[in-house]
Amino acid sequence: MSPILTITDLHKSFGDLEVLKGIDMTMQKGDVVSLIGSSGSGKTTLLRCVNLLEDFERGSIELDGEAIGYRHDGGERRRLSERHIARQRAMTGMAFQQFNLFPHMTAIRNVMLGLTKTKKMAKDEAYAIAEKWLERVGMIERRDHFPGQLSGGQQQRVAIARAIAMNPRIMLFDEVTSALDPELVKEVLAVVRDLADDGMTMLLVTHEMRFARDVSSKVVFMHHGRIHEEGPPEQIFGAPETDRLRGFLANSEM
Amino acid sequence: MNYDFNFSVIWRNWELLAQGLGLGLFLALVSIAIGCGIGLLAAFGMLSRHRVLRWIAVAYVSAIRNTPILVLILFCYFALPQLGIALDKIPSFIFTLSIYAGAYLAEVFRSGLVALPKGLREAGLAIGLTELKIKIHIIIPVMLRNVLPSLSNNFISLFKDTSLAAAIAVPELTFYARKINVESFRVIETWMVASLIYVVACYVIAWFLRQLEQRLAVPR
Repeated sequence: MSPILTITDLHKSFGDLEVLKGIDMTMQKGDVVSLIGSSGSGKTTLLRCVNLLEDFERGSIELDGEAIGYRHDGGERRRLSERHIARQRAMTGMAFQQFNLFPHMTAIRNVMLGLTKTKKMAKDEAYAIAEKWLERVGMIERRDHFPGQLSGGQQQRVAIARAIAMNPRIMLFDEVTSALDPELVKEVLAVVRDLADDGMTMLLVTHEMRFARDVSSKVVFMHHGRIHEEGPPEQIFGAPETDRLRGFLANSEM
Repeated sequence: MNYDFNFSVIWRNWELLAQGLGLGLFLALVSIAIGCGIGLLAAFGMLSRHRVLRWIAVAYVSAIRNTPILVLILFCYFALPQLGIALDKIPSFIFTLSIYAGAYLAEVFRSGLVALPKGLREAGLAIGLTELKIKIHIIIPVMLRNVLPSLSNNFISLFKDTSLAAAIAVPELTFYARKINVESFRVIETWMVASLIYVVACYVIAWFLRQLEQRLAVPR
């Protein structure tokens, strides 16, 4: 089976600061990969490269066999057109730490926007799909509420519905519980776990180690822009090989 | 002071005053609508990555904001025809007031745009929207709702500025007040009533705009 995501020798700098120093990674359909590591290790940047919210200078990312972001023209590397990149971005779904719901739209209209404007779906078709996903994340009763009228956990669930309603090949979760009050974390993690159980391919940056251990098929520990150690969760959390990972885990709440 | 107040000449001319008030409101409405369009373009221009666009937008905004509006009105009405752009009184005034409103609104919109969280644009990108669609469906509607109070203030200012149209004989409220004044010599009465009409009109407009703000504001 060909991988759904292939990252090869990915390099990314912010000015003089190189934050990704050659990342190689593959994911199969249905994989749930957690990126862990201290802040500044590059895990969020890696995630943002996958849906082209960040440019990258070297290396390649292939999504379902398609090179994203750049094409090579007789040895010259060129950024794809904005329209082309927008289309590729729609193949990935992203949930953000700060939810980023559109504050002037109700929950259901948040979910519908990508369907009607990117996928050019008819309103009623988009409405039905949006209803289905709001139901799935337990937010159907709040469909006509505005983001400002919802709790953080509820907003995040709507944001996840908005991303997944686009039917992406892979879902990206960027610290989706970090901005939440502790009592709201559970409801969001339950939604993520439900999607994982359903076979969704997912790449997540998380500080919830217990959750990463429970839900992941693979855990990747990043340090200083490189993959420092990776493996199945039992190995990463049960028998870490490097001192660095042992130190990191010792400092993380389990 | 011994002065016999006599308002009868003003009551006799109430229709003129009402017409003048109506025209003033119309001028302000049309100008703010056009000014919003100009202001949006200028605001995006000021924030553009392209130096030339930025320069043009900043030059426009600072030139207009540093010129007295009466001078702008006279310039557009008397000088532009010499340059081959001849407009009638009312179109000329609307043109001036729109350009003027655009420069002030550009500043309002610019700060509104800067204040938006970056995540809104990224969330739009993440669902596959292009930059233009993000502006149309997300950035502009959210920003406009956030700056509604400033927009209301600007509208009221513009409405008061329509009195300057009298300088080029646009028949709005101030123009008719002056006419009644000249014809009746009822100086105090005329200008008292004219002032009162402006005050009441501004209060009523402000009240309407507050209702509108509450209906359109982003719910919290």
